[in-house]
Amino acid sequence: MQQFANPAKFLKLANAILPYLWAATIILFAIGLYGALVITPPDYQQGEAVRIMYVHVPAAWLGLFVYCLMGFFSAVAFVYRHPLADAAAKTAAPLGAVFCFLALVTGSFWGKPMWGTWWAWGDARLTSMFILLLFYLGYMAIWTSIDEPTRAATIARIVALVGVVNVFVVKFSVNWWNTLHQPASVIRMGGSAIDKSMLWALLVMAVAYTLLFTALHLVSLRSEIAARKLRQQRIAEIGRR
Amino acid sequence: MTLAKRQGGGLGAALGFILAVMVLIPLAVGPDQNLLGKLAPGLMWLALLLSVLLTADRIFQQDFEDGSLDVMAMGPLPFEFVTLAKACAHWLTVSLPLAVITPPLGMLMSIDAARLPMLMFSMIAGSFSLSFLAAIGGAVTAGLRRGGLLVSLLILPLYVPVLIFGVAATAGDMGPSGSVPALGVLMALGLMSLVISPWASAAILKAYLR
Amino acid sequence: MSKRLRLKADNVSCERGGRMVIENLSFEIENGCLVALRGPNGAGKSTLLRLLAGLNVPSGGKLTLEGGAPDASIPEQCHYVGHSDALKPALTVRENLDFWTDFLGEEKSNSALEGFGLRDLADDQVMFLSAGQKRRLALSRLIPIARPIWLLDEPTVGLDSKSLDRLSSHMHVHLATGGIVIAATHADLGIAVSQTITLGVA
Repeated sequence: MQQFANPAKFLKLANAILPYLWAATIILFAIGLYGALVITPPDYQQGEAVRIMYVHVPAAWLGLFVYCLMGFFSAVAFVYRHPLADAAAKTAAPLGAVFCFLALVTGSFWGKPMWGTWWAWGDARLTSMFILLLFYLGYMAIWTSIDEPTRAATIARIVALVGVVNVFVVKFSVNWWNTLHQPASVIRMGGSAIDKSMLWALLVMAVAYTLLFTALHLVSLRSEIAARKLRQQRIAEIGRR
Repeated sequence: MTLAKRQGGGLGAALGFILAVMVLIPLAVGPDQNLLGKLAPGLMWLALLLSVLLTADRIFQQDFEDGSLDVMAMGPLPFEFVTLAKACAHWLTVSLPLAVITPPLGMLMSIDAARLPMLMFSMIAGSFSLSFLAAIGGAVTAGLRRGGLLVSLLILPLYVPVLIFGVAATAGDMGPSGSVPALGVLMALGLMSLVISPWASAAILKAYLR
Repeated sequence: MSKRLRLKADNVSCERGGRMVIENLSFEIENGCLVALRGPNGAGKSTLLRLLAGLNVPSGGKLTLEGGAPDASIPEQCHYVGHSDALKPALTVRENLDFWTDFLGEEKSNSALEGFGLRDLADDQVMFLSAGQKRRLALSRLIPIARPIWLLDEPTVGLDSKSLDRLSSHMHVHLATGGIVIAATHADLGIAVSQTITLGVA
């Protein structure tokens, strides 16, 4: 019954790590936010509004990163049938969706002063981010609408894998569509264009976000395992009657 | 396999749906001929997309319910071929006829007559991937009683590339290099879905049989 | 089909809905055997049949078949008639049979129609058939396609006594030619059961 053995080991590890993880997350967030809001200079072009970047860009990164992670967990589950991998992919989805949503909201807050509009379909990233969010929702819908857990797990795995392929295709086609409709009118903010004085805060924020995700992920994975155990017990009880 | 699908299709309902959309669009946008002509290709693609989607949840449902899938899964054919045949049958009975019938309806939308062949051509090229992607959604909802909404949520993001390149091919002259590259991509998308869809839907259906 | 067949299960377990339905089950079945699966509802009779048919995947243990066709998997050498009849209501009786014989890789033949006395109904659409007639049609699939192992899930449900006799005689012929029949049933099958596997006894 590896199904119980593995989670038990994992739980022990998670419980040991979590306090440190939370501490590190809070410290890094404090440094990052202080850096972002106080220390770093306002952008000469964008002014104070650039500070949204420190919230927005890491969220967007994580939105993408978590999706890749989900695809990775699904692939692992597919190949090795490791019970924890499915749970990991499942619990990652809502978190990824939240980051994605956060990126979209902050993006539109940023877009308002910069582009003069809340939403610019012309921006490829905004559009593909939105489709990514739809993916997250679809993936989560599978888990909620299929009652049988092992069945839901198998199906969700496949959908996640198909989704990963599709993310690239969507990215590609949205970029193409974008250049078709409004060639080069979008404000660029490539990594190299960012000054060092801003970059460090951005990176600290990115690490802080990643830690936050890891901590939240561990917590929800822990409760997912608890929920499974509860379910197992209940079923066993019914079986005994 | 095609035989088995023969009576199951929802072509009638889907066609009715497209017609209804065609009537509703001018009512919503207003009778301005120029505006309609401009919007028409995109809106017609959207109508095609949605009506294919409408039939998606039925692709495997009946076979699942009456136990046919059980026997098919045991047969000498790999299960992927079964889903491939199913998707092909769906294409032949639903998507392809819709793709052929829809463009002439564009006349109702005062679309430029010179564009019609291109519209039909791109729709036929795109309908292939529409059916194959729909099969994935159909597989997910085979065992669910009300899967319509879930299908839409899952499949619409998959349809995004088809929509983009389909409209691009139709609108042709807007792009920098005409509609040929877009048509090429559309076919490439079709091939890609041909590779992924039978595998994915077979794996999903197996999870249901289990 | 006079080869020696031996269907073996070695410590097979199967999980459904997070519950172990079958745990560490072992048995051996040789050709010419009629095996009855017995046990209360939810004991795992259907699960075991689906397991043998390759529709369920064992979570532990191994199923092996000795003496069968070397390059075919176990499911490919089985007939499975489950609770649902796998019939298309819009097609006629004959079309339904032809479709399955075709799909399962045999020539069309009229013997199937004779097997369960469906000749008179051959050109009627299945949607007009009664439950028992549909059952007979589903069972007719067994006749034209030679498969050494028959997996029958409650085969007698809805059958009248005449069809029951037909079923017994078909099973009899099948067993005499060296086949295996595994049936989950509560009823009497009309011929002597050579082995009983009882499930779900805690």
